[in-house]
Amino acid sequence: MAPPSQAAKQKPRSLVALTLAIVLALVAGLLGAILFLTPATKPAMMDAFIREVLQRDPKTWSGTSLVYAGALALLAVILLTFGAIISSLTIWWELRVSARMQSRIGLNRTGAAGLLQWLADAVKLIFKEDLIPDDADKPLFRSAPYFVLAGFTLTFVALPFGQSLIAADLNVGLFYLTAITALIVVGIMFAGWASNSKWALFGGMRAAAQVISYEIPAGIAIMVPILMAGTLSMQGIISAQGGWPWEWFIFRNPAALGAFAIFFISQLAEGNRTPFDLPEGESEIVAGYLAEYSGFRFAIYFLVEFGNVWIMSAISATLFLGGWQIPGVTAQDYVTALGGSGFPALGWWGLQAASMGVFVLKTLLVMNVVIWLRWTLPRVRIDQMMDLCWKYLVPAAFTMFVFTLLWQILVDRVPVVETVSGGVLFGAFLLTLALFTRQTLKNIRLVHGDRIDLTNW
Amino acid sequence: MTTNEIHERLKAKFGDDVGPLSEPKMDAFAVVKADRIVEVCKHLKSTPGLDFDYLDDLTAIDWPKRNVIEVVYQAASIKHRHLVKLKVEADRANAVVPSVAGVWRAANWLEREVYDLFGVTFTGHPDLRRLMLPDDWVGHPLRKDYQEAGGWHGINNVRESSLVELKRLDDVRRAEQAAKQPPAPVAAPAEPPKA
Amino acid sequence: MDKLILRRLDQNAEEMILNFGPQHPSTHGVINFMVQTDGEVIRKAVPDVGYLHRGIEKIGEIVGYPGFMPFTDRIDYVAAMTANEGYAIACERLLKLEVPPRAQWLRAISGELTRISSHLVALGTMTMDIGATTPFGYGIRERETINDLIEELCGARLTFNYCRIGGVAFDMPEGWRDKVLKFLDHFDTFVPEFDRVISFNEIYVKRLANVAVITREDAIDFGLAGPNLRGSGVEWDIRRDLPYGAYPNFKFEVPVGKGFVGTVGDCFDRYYCRVLEMVESSKIVRQALNSLPEGEVMAKVPRKPKPEAGEATGRVESARGEIAYLVVSDGTDKAYRVRARTGSFMAMGVFEEGSPGLMIADLVALISSLDVVAPEIDR
Repeated sequence: MAPPSQAAKQKPRSLVALTLAIVLALVAGLLGAILFLTPATKPAMMDAFIREVLQRDPKTWSGTSLVYAGALALLAVILLTFGAIISSLTIWWELRVSARMQSRIGLNRTGAAGLLQWLADAVKLIFKEDLIPDDADKPLFRSAPYFVLAGFTLTFVALPFGQSLIAADLNVGLFYLTAITALIVVGIMFAGWASNSKWALFGGMRAAAQVISYEIPAGIAIMVPILMAGTLSMQGIISAQGGWPWEWFIFRNPAALGAFAIFFISQLAEGNRTPFDLPEGESEIVAGYLAEYSGFRFAIYFLVEFGNVWIMSAISATLFLGGWQIPGVTAQDYVTALGGSGFPALGWWGLQAASMGVFVLKTLLVMNVVIWLRWTLPRVRIDQMMDLCWKYLVPAAFTMFVFTLLWQILVDRVPVVETVSGGVLFGAFLLTLALFTRQTLKNIRLVHGDRIDLTNW
Repeated sequence: MTTNEIHERLKAKFGDDVGPLSEPKMDAFAVVKADRIVEVCKHLKSTPGLDFDYLDDLTAIDWPKRNVIEVVYQAASIKHRHLVKLKVEADRANAVVPSVAGVWRAANWLEREVYDLFGVTFTGHPDLRRLMLPDDWVGHPLRKDYQEAGGWHGINNVRESSLVELKRLDDVRRAEQAAKQPPAPVAAPAEPPKA
Repeated sequence: MDKLILRRLDQNAEEMILNFGPQHPSTHGVINFMVQTDGEVIRKAVPDVGYLHRGIEKIGEIVGYPGFMPFTDRIDYVAAMTANEGYAIACERLLKLEVPPRAQWLRAISGELTRISSHLVALGTMTMDIGATTPFGYGIRERETINDLIEELCGARLTFNYCRIGGVAFDMPEGWRDKVLKFLDHFDTFVPEFDRVISFNEIYVKRLANVAVITREDAIDFGLAGPNLRGSGVEWDIRRDLPYGAYPNFKFEVPVGKGFVGTVGDCFDRYYCRVLEMVESSKIVRQALNSLPEGEVMAKVPRKPKPEAGEATGRVESARGEIAYLVVSDGTDKAYRVRARTGSFMAMGVFEEGSPGLMIADLVALISSLDVVAPEIDR
C-alpha cells in the first residue's frame, strides 16, 4: 500500500483561531440578534423603548410607525442573513458528514476544517458569467430564482426559535408555513419552462408533480399534532408539549409516530432530497431545472435547497419533537423569570437563550438524519414515487388522522393513556437506538481496516 | 465437433458452394459463395448437432492485390462449444453481399460497421447506414487505398508540428512589431572614460 | 444537415426527441442516444456512436506487432490487462510461440486483478447512476489499492502494456505476493459490506428488478458477451469453455443469473453476476499465487516479429465480455489487419429493440447494467 501522502499537516493555530472566530461570531451574532430582536419588536416592548429611550409618548408621536418599521426591517435583514448563513453551514456539515461516510476526509482547505468554503463558493458564484440562453423566456428566467427565495425566506417569519422568539406568532402559523413553501414550486416550474431546454422542462415537470403530490400526505400528517394541540399556532403546538421526551407528541400518540414518519418522508420529497431527488437527478437529467442557470441565480437555488433542509428539520422538530421546550422547565417558570413589568430580567433572557439552544439542537439532529439518508439511499423512479405517495402515504396519513381523532376522545376520558403511551414508545425508541448502535459498531468491526477516525481534519 | 466434421457436413449439404478448408489448419476457414451465405448460415444455426446460435464476429479484410474484400464470419455454438469460420469474397469494385441480419440479430451492427469502414453493401439489411463516421463522410477508411479527404466541414485534419507552428507565429509577431517602430539610430561608439 | 438517424424515429408532434448525451454523466463514455419519449416513457432509443472512434484498427496496420500492444490498452482502458492478453495470444498463435508457464500465471493474476478493478468501477458507477453515491467511493477506494499493486508490478496504473508477445514484460517484484494476499484478505470482507450497503437495499432492488429483461435466446442472438450473457442465464465463459493460458489449472465457479430478486435476465441479475465474479476472481488470484511456477517470463521473440502469412484469432474473457482479436499477417513485420471484437459493441445492439416501454430512469439502469464503455464500442 502506498504511504499516506503528506500526512495531515496541522493547520497553524492562527488559521484555526481565525476560522473559528469568524464562523462562531457569525452564528452567535445572528442567533443573538434574533434572540434580542424578536421579542423586542413586539408592540409592548417597542412602546416601552419609545417611552423610555426616546422620551416620547408612543400613542401620539408621529414617528412611532417609523420606529416600528425600522425595527422590523432590521429584523427582516437579520432573518434573511440567518437563512443564508444557515444554509451555507448546512452545506458545510453535509459535505463533511458525507465525506466521512465515504472514507474521505472532506472539505479541509479553505479555513480550518473547510469552514470558510461557503464564503469562497459564494464569492466565486457572484463573479461568474451570467448566462441566459438565447431563446429563453427572459423575464421568467430572471424572476424564477426570486420566487424560490421568497418562498424560502418567508418561512423564517413563523419559525419558533424560542419561547418568545418568533418574528410573527400567527395564530395560523402552520397553515401559513405550508402555504408559503408552495411558492418554491412556482419558482421551479418557471425555471424549467423558461430555460428553453428539454432537460430543464423534464426537471420542472417532475418537480411540480413531486412537490404538489407530496403536499397532500404532508398536510394530512400535520393535522395529527394540530388535533393533539388544538391550535394551528406554532407556539401553541409547542406549548402543548413538554420538555421531557415522553411528553413530546411523537411518543404521546402512536399515530403521531406514524404521522412523523409520513411527514418526514413527504418533507424529503418536497425538498428534493434523495431518495426523492428526481427533479435534479444528477445522473439522469443532469441538474434538471437548474441546467441552464449559472452564477448568482444558481447560488440562490442552491442556497434555498440546502436551507430547505433546515426548514424541514425545524418544522419536524417543532411539531413532533417538542420544539424549544427545555426538559424540566414549565411555562410558569418563564412567567416568574419575567420579573416586574418593563424590561424583562436577565434570568428570562437566559431561559430564552436556553430554549433557542434546545430548538437549534433538535433541528440539527433531524437535519443530520436527512443528510445521512441522502448519502445512503438510491433514488426512486418517478412512477414508484407517485405510487408511494398516492397508494401508500395518503391512505396511511388518513388512518393516522382518524386514529388521532379517536385517540383524543380516549385521552379526554382516560388521561393516563397518554403518559403510558409516552413511556412505552420512548422506551422502545431507546431500545432501538441501542440496537442500532450495536449493529453499527459490529459492521465497522466486520470490515477489515475500518475504524472511526476523527484525527485527520 | 471438429472443424473437419463441420466442414464435411456443410459440403455434404451445399456441395461446391462451400470451398475447401484452408491451409494452415489452425483457424481453418472455408470460402462460401456469396449468394448462398444466408442459407449456409441458416443451416448452421438451425441444424441440431451444429447449433451455431452465437455469431462471434463479422468483419472484413481488404485484399487489393487479389481484388477482393473478404467478409469473415465466425460463429460459435454455446451448446457444443465448437467454432466455425467462413469467408465470402466480394468484388472490390462492387462489393455486395447478402445480409445475415435475419439469421443472427448480432449481425445488424457488425454489418453496419463493415459497410461504414469497408464499403460493402449488405442487401436485405434493415438499417444500413454508417456507424462510427458521420453520415456525410466520404470514403471507407479501412480500405487499403483510402485517401483522406483533407478535412470535414472545414475542420482541418492535418496540423504541422507545434514547434514549427509556434516559431512561425513568433516570426510573424516580431515582423509586425518591427514594422510599427521606426528603425533605431545607430549609436556612436562609446568613448573610453577619461582617466 | 438532417441526420440519417432521425429516420429511425417517428417525428410526432406530441412526443419529444431528446439527445441523451454525448456529454452525460450516465452514458459511461461519449455515447449519444436519440430518445423519443412521450413524457417519461420512451418510445424508442437509438444509440449514435462514433464519438470516440480513433481508427485503432487502421493503426494496427502501421505500427507493427509489438507496437500495437499499447493500443490494445486503449481499446478498454478500464480493464486493460485482458485486452492486452487477447492480442498477445493471437500473435503467439501466428508466431507459433510457446509462452512460459510463469508468464501465463502472471497474466492470469494481473488479469483477474484488473477484472476486480473494472467491476468495482462498473458497479460503483451503476449505483451512482441509480442515485446512491456512496458505494462508488468505496469501490474507488479498493481500486486504488489494486492500482498501487499493479503499479508496482508494471509501472502503470491504467494502461499497462504489460502482456507482451511471448510473455509478460516484468517479473513480480519482491514482497508483491504478500501484498496481494493481504489485499485479498481485506477484499473478502469488502464484498459483504458492499452487499450490505446497496445490493439488497429495497429501493435499489425495486429500481432494477424486472427492468429491461433480456431473455436467454435474445442474449445469444444479439451476441452479448460476458456478464451480460451470463446474467441472462447462459453458462458461457471463455475461461472455462474455450480455455486459454493458465485457467485450466484453477477451480472457480461461473456465476449465472438466476433471477435473484426478479426475472432471469433483468438488470439486477447482470449487476449481481458482477458482484459474484469479483469473489471468484479473488479466489483465482489466491490459487494462482499459491501455485506460481518458477522460470522466465518471456519467450524468445525477435525484435520485429515476422510471422508467416495466415490468420489467427485470440479470445479472452475480459471484464466486459469476450474480446476476440483477429490478426491477419502477410509475412511482413507489420500486421495486415487487426480486428478487435468487443463485448460492449455487441451490447449496443440491444437498445433499439429493448428500449421501448422503458422510462428514462430505466434506460439509465439498462445502460449501466450492460457495462458499456465507449472506447470498446468505437475503437
